[in-house]
Amino acid sequence: MVVTPAAPSRLTARQRTRRAARGGASRSVPVPLLAPALIAVAFLVLPLAGLLIRAPWGRMGAALSGSDATQALVLSLWTASVSTVISLVIGVPLAWVLARTSFPGQRLLRALVTLPLVLPPVVGGVALLLAFGRTGFVGRLLDSWFGLTIPFTPIAVVMAETFVAMPFLIITVEGALRSADQGFEEAAATLGATRMTVFRRVTVPLIAPSLGAGAVLCWARALGEFGATITFAGSFPGQTETMPIAVYYALENDPDAAIALSLVLLVVSVVVLVSLRDSWLRRGPVP
Amino acid sequence: MRYEGGGGLTVDAEVRRGDFTLAVGLAAAPGQVVGVLGPNGAGKSTLLSAVAGLTPISSGRITLAGQVLDDASTGAFVEPAGRPVGFVFQNYRLFPYLTVAENVAFSPRARGLGRRAAKSAASHWLDRLGLTDLAGRKPGQLSGGQAQRVALARALAGQPALLLLDEPLSALDAGTRLDVQAELKRHLADFTGPCLLVTHDPLEALVLADTLLVLEHGRIAQEGTPADVARRPGTEYVAKLVGLNLYAGHADGSGVALTEGGAFIIPDHGQHGDVFVAVRPSAIVVSAQRPTASSARNAWPARVAGLTLLSDRVRLDLHGQPPALVDVTPAAVAELSLDPGSQVWLTAKATDLEVYPRDRQSG
Repeated sequence: MVVTPAAPSRLTARQRTRRAARGGASRSVPVPLLAPALIAVAFLVLPLAGLLIRAPWGRMGAALSGSDATQALVLSLWTASVSTVISLVIGVPLAWVLARTSFPGQRLLRALVTLPLVLPPVVGGVALLLAFGRTGFVGRLLDSWFGLTIPFTPIAVVMAETFVAMPFLIITVEGALRSADQGFEEAAATLGATRMTVFRRVTVPLIAPSLGAGAVLCWARALGEFGATITFAGSFPGQTETMPIAVYYALENDPDAAIALSLVLLVVSVVVLVSLRDSWLRRGPVP
Repeated sequence: MRYEGGGGLTVDAEVRRGDFTLAVGLAAAPGQVVGVLGPNGAGKSTLLSAVAGLTPISSGRITLAGQVLDDASTGAFVEPAGRPVGFVFQNYRLFPYLTVAENVAFSPRARGLGRRAAKSAASHWLDRLGLTDLAGRKPGQLSGGQAQRVALARALAGQPALLLLDEPLSALDAGTRLDVQAELKRHLADFTGPCLLVTHDPLEALVLADTLLVLEHGRIAQEGTPADVARRPGTEYVAKLVGLNLYAGHADGSGVALTEGGAFIIPDHGQHGDVFVAVRPSAIVVSAQRPTASSARNAWPARVAGLTLLSDRVRLDLHGQPPALVDVTPAAVAELSLDPGSQVWLTAKATDLEVYPRDRQSG
């Protein structure tokens, strides 16, 4: 068999420049891939468009101020932030332990601490209630020793959010610690740095981008938390009613307010996404 | 002013890692640069790692100025941070998020100086190594030679009693290598403590080291002064590095019977027993016809197996008894119309054959 050249197609000057610069062959998408890809785009974008179309642009201010929106937004922002700080303070050391040490049962421990990632949040809420509720095995002690009742307080909101969001930070940071070049840490040790100094002055700066990405991811997850929060903390306006919960209730009696609140959360999410763009999205897969 | 330095380093240790065992005994006196030369995987970096405390030894001990750094029999072990060691890593491992000045100040700071004192210590070292202009740059903005100097400054700023250099010039391009090498030699001369310099580049070892140690398969294959090792290689590997033909054989006073076939007549060399014979590739003459016999010449037939063009000469790979690498001019290749497969005669003057006893184990 003799192979002869195929009939030529047309390549514009612009396409030629682009291919020459990027290298490689044609980048046009095969039809069997293009159609499903477009359906996926429509599916993901249409709901957001619906939100924008139905938004009560004219009476946005009234819709927001009429409800408990401000209270809910303030509560959401500070609880998510406190959750993130707590996650950083206790989650980063745990990530280090998981990444840099080995001990029996470590795999089991990793599975346990990342379980909330896949656990339905409502189940997390029930679990928190059973442990820290007034009759829970920890909650009972807190109640009798300190007279401290956690459920249905802002503390419960923070706990529920931390429970659900911290694993995002842990696995992001653990991955970064595993892939970080330990040669720098060795170099620091030969320069006289103790283990703690190495962590503080070498490890943390090296993984700073992932640390930031993990914290933002954790904060966003905490901000959107619904199931565990409503189960463990309830929905008392001003006390435990966070934005997602406020949206849910507003949808029944004041749809305009629900849409307005949703838009606020959407804006926050877009801001988060933009801030993640460099450190997270471009680098491709992070768990 | 000279750099700070302490007493000598002694290593008499084994490091086992899976199938690989490094077994080394060495002593480095204050001010002495011990070059450790060997192929990849010979255990050179493992040796430095063990001295720095990054890899604990499996048996034996390491001492510095009489003080134990690691002793496998008693279990005594000084953590890397507690060893007065300056380590220049192969790819420098400069902290990418710190400026040059902060990199150099790292060790003084980690070893307990306050921020201000560490900064002034760093600026002293930046000045000594001519880096003051680069103080504010990040490592990513440095050339290879500059990064090398920063790495040296960072190691020296910790006032180490012992300096370890792992392939200090291998990351540099050929153009800057010679300059940086000359500069490094000056700084090493100023360092009063012992220094271990690992390299796989024979030129680097010959120029920088006071004494050489050839490491192969985790063992010391040869040690001596650079001149001695270059003139009388003890293994195939070293012979190849310094570009000599090396033959093992048995000497009987006036001749050497080579182990792999062939013989050399070498009157009055005075050696008996197992010897090496080393010959420079340029000392062997190639001719088309059998040369006239002479007692001071060795002549043997050979077949050209390969030709490689080196800058201004052609290296012939010749099969015969013994085989040889021979350098000739490109003109000679044309005159003799040499091709792979050509039959030629080789001659070597007895005075160009270096005969010396094979006292160490050889490859």
